[in-house]
Amino acid sequence: MSVETPDIADIRADSVGDFYFPENHVYDAGYGLSEKTIDYICDVKNDPDWVREFRKKALKVFEEKPMPTHWATTDLNNIKFEEFRYYLAGDRKAKRSWDDVPEEVKKTFERLGIPEQERKFLAGVEAQYDSEAAYSNVKKVVEEQGVIFMNSTEALQQHPEIFRKWFGKVIPTGDNKFSALNSAVFSGGSFIYIPPGVKVKHPLQAYFRINSEQFGQFERTLIIADEGAEVMYMEGCTAPKFETATLHSAVVELVAMKGAKIQYVTVQNWSSNVFNLVTKRGIAHEDAEVRWIDCNIGSRLTMKYPGVVMKGRRARGEVISIALANTGQHQDTGAKMIHAADETTSNVISKSISIGKGRATYRGLVHIPKHLKGCKNNTECDALLINSSSRTDTYPAINVRGNEHATQHEASVSQVSAEQIFYMQQRGLSEAEAMSLSVNGFINDLVREFPMEYSVELKRLIDLEMEGSVG
Amino acid sequence: MSLLIQDLHACIPDREILKGFSLEVKPGEVHAIMGPNGSGKSTLSKVLCGHEDYEVTSGSVTLDGEDLLAMDVDARSRAGLFLAFQYPFEIPGVSNANFIRAALQARLPKGEELDAVGYYKKLYRRMDELEMSRSFTARSVNEGFSGGEKKRNEILQLMMLEPKYSILDETDSGLDIDALKVVSQGVNAMRSPERGFLVITHYQRLLDYIKPDIVHVMVEGRLIRSGGPELALELEAKGYELTHAA
Repeated sequence: MSVETPDIADIRADSVGDFYFPENHVYDAGYGLSEKTIDYICDVKNDPDWVREFRKKALKVFEEKPMPTHWATTDLNNIKFEEFRYYLAGDRKAKRSWDDVPEEVKKTFERLGIPEQERKFLAGVEAQYDSEAAYSNVKKVVEEQGVIFMNSTEALQQHPEIFRKWFGKVIPTGDNKFSALNSAVFSGGSFIYIPPGVKVKHPLQAYFRINSEQFGQFERTLIIADEGAEVMYMEGCTAPKFETATLHSAVVELVAMKGAKIQYVTVQNWSSNVFNLVTKRGIAHEDAEVRWIDCNIGSRLTMKYPGVVMKGRRARGEVISIALANTGQHQDTGAKMIHAADETTSNVISKSISIGKGRATYRGLVHIPKHLKGCKNNTECDALLINSSSRTDTYPAINVRGNEHATQHEASVSQVSAEQIFYMQQRGLSEAEAMSLSVNGFINDLVREFPMEYSVELKRLIDLEMEGSVG
Repeated sequence: MSLLIQDLHACIPDREILKGFSLEVKPGEVHAIMGPNGSGKSTLSKVLCGHEDYEVTSGSVTLDGEDLLAMDVDARSRAGLFLAFQYPFEIPGVSNANFIRAALQARLPKGEELDAVGYYKKLYRRMDELEMSRSFTARSVNEGFSGGEKKRNEILQLMMLEPKYSILDETDSGLDIDALKVVSQGVNAMRSPERGFLVITHYQRLLDYIKPDIVHVMVEGRLIRSGGPELALELEAKGYELTHAA
């Protein structure tokens, strides 16, 4: 037995995210959630009074709201809120240079390839470690265009005039139990403002890393693209696999002003002990476009239904999502398209893969009220089942009033056939390779929507998931 | 050195289909198996490849001395056994070029990468020989292909993988005469002293283009007669019933 303390624990060669460093926190709100927890967070973060009030009000809403188990899975009842820690941070201030980031945090992000991606193709990066951003930097050319990219804690102090105007407006505190939870204890997440007409050439990226056990991460992201502006934001998430549950409950609000375009790309690869309960919504004003490109891999339970409120004429909303549910995982995902102006267009394409005893659920909402004219929606959801014990469910709700609209809904469920696998194996591919190829084929048209660097990563993650699925 | 099948018995749950089948295919030889519907020709090809629907109850199969029946489906392929399917399967979303590339990659030692430039050069050359349009590289494997295109695609895979022993299962079915010629040319181009072929067909027509060394007649799960190419002509003239009676 070695007597030395290892500086890194539980490295599994087959998983990118499954490792962690010993905890080294200066700030720890302790276990459980009460007004005292909120006061602790506010004191540490030096929050202005309005934020303290906002948080406390949200805590009440959270406590009053029941779990949505009347429509969602009862697994939610297994979340023991008193067993989580709601704020853990080393240094509160994000560093502008990787050299200033604490060694173990830096090592973590290097293993995840973040500094390398930053050098290669990103316009800016924010790297969050537990509750706070450890690193935050934006390339000079982008900053000179007037782009603001910082963590939301900094933003509410440095840019209160823009922050307050939109914060909590797209997703109100009481939207659901978990948006209320996030509103009470939010920390970290990105704030982005793109000035009118600025088109950010390269993507901005945030990476959310959970390192600690029995911990909840509650980042809050707010992105505002002013008139005619364009931006692509990408987020990645990982956590090590602990014996106990981990909670991730983010709120993401997007505002696309007239003619603006926001693309929000997520590749999450949570370990299978994470409850991932996220609220994401965007508002698209006249001629604006909001696109969610979402890939959900891992987690114990993910509930996430990115939405677009098309508020201005000819606004467009799109959700493209891939979900992969392995044994012990439930991906409950979908989309909400709220048409609130004439000639608005929405498109939802969802593909899910269930492996082993994994369960994938599609939940969609399309709302077109009677007084509108010329709205269009297209919804396609396809499910692929790998094993006979795999499960998929679809709950589409299409609420279209009036007769001057065009909506289209297509759904399919297919299974990887034994004959197809036999055919591929006859050409020399192992059963796992054959499965991977089938699955990659199934989602191939959606993977093309991801930036190239992410689609390569996606393929690798899927191959890893498929490896243990056969036999 | 041969594909050696000895007294092979195989069944599906309620029925025995191969009832003592024996045959040796040596490198350089082309064997043809003819027989009426239901004689077990297609079952033979699937059993040799390891399809899970069939259980081998007795007998042995060796490939160059190695126990073929002990190998997984994919290991049999990598050991040098190829089946051109009667009904090739579709793989949506997976391009033909990527599929064949993955099959070749699976034959390399771990850590070794297939040379992409060399691969495409060879692929294009083989496609030209089969008069296949370049668009087939990007199209999903067999998806939306006509019957004839699927068969060409099987032969393309054969030409790319260069197996030691190939089984052609009713490759002529669904082919018009022009396609039959092209496909046969492809197979003939692959004939060499190092490779053996087992051509399963219902009709003599294919054997005008792929000339066999030995023709066998299969009835009720085993071979009942063997002879030279003239046997195929005799069958064509007299039908299987006569053979059966003999």
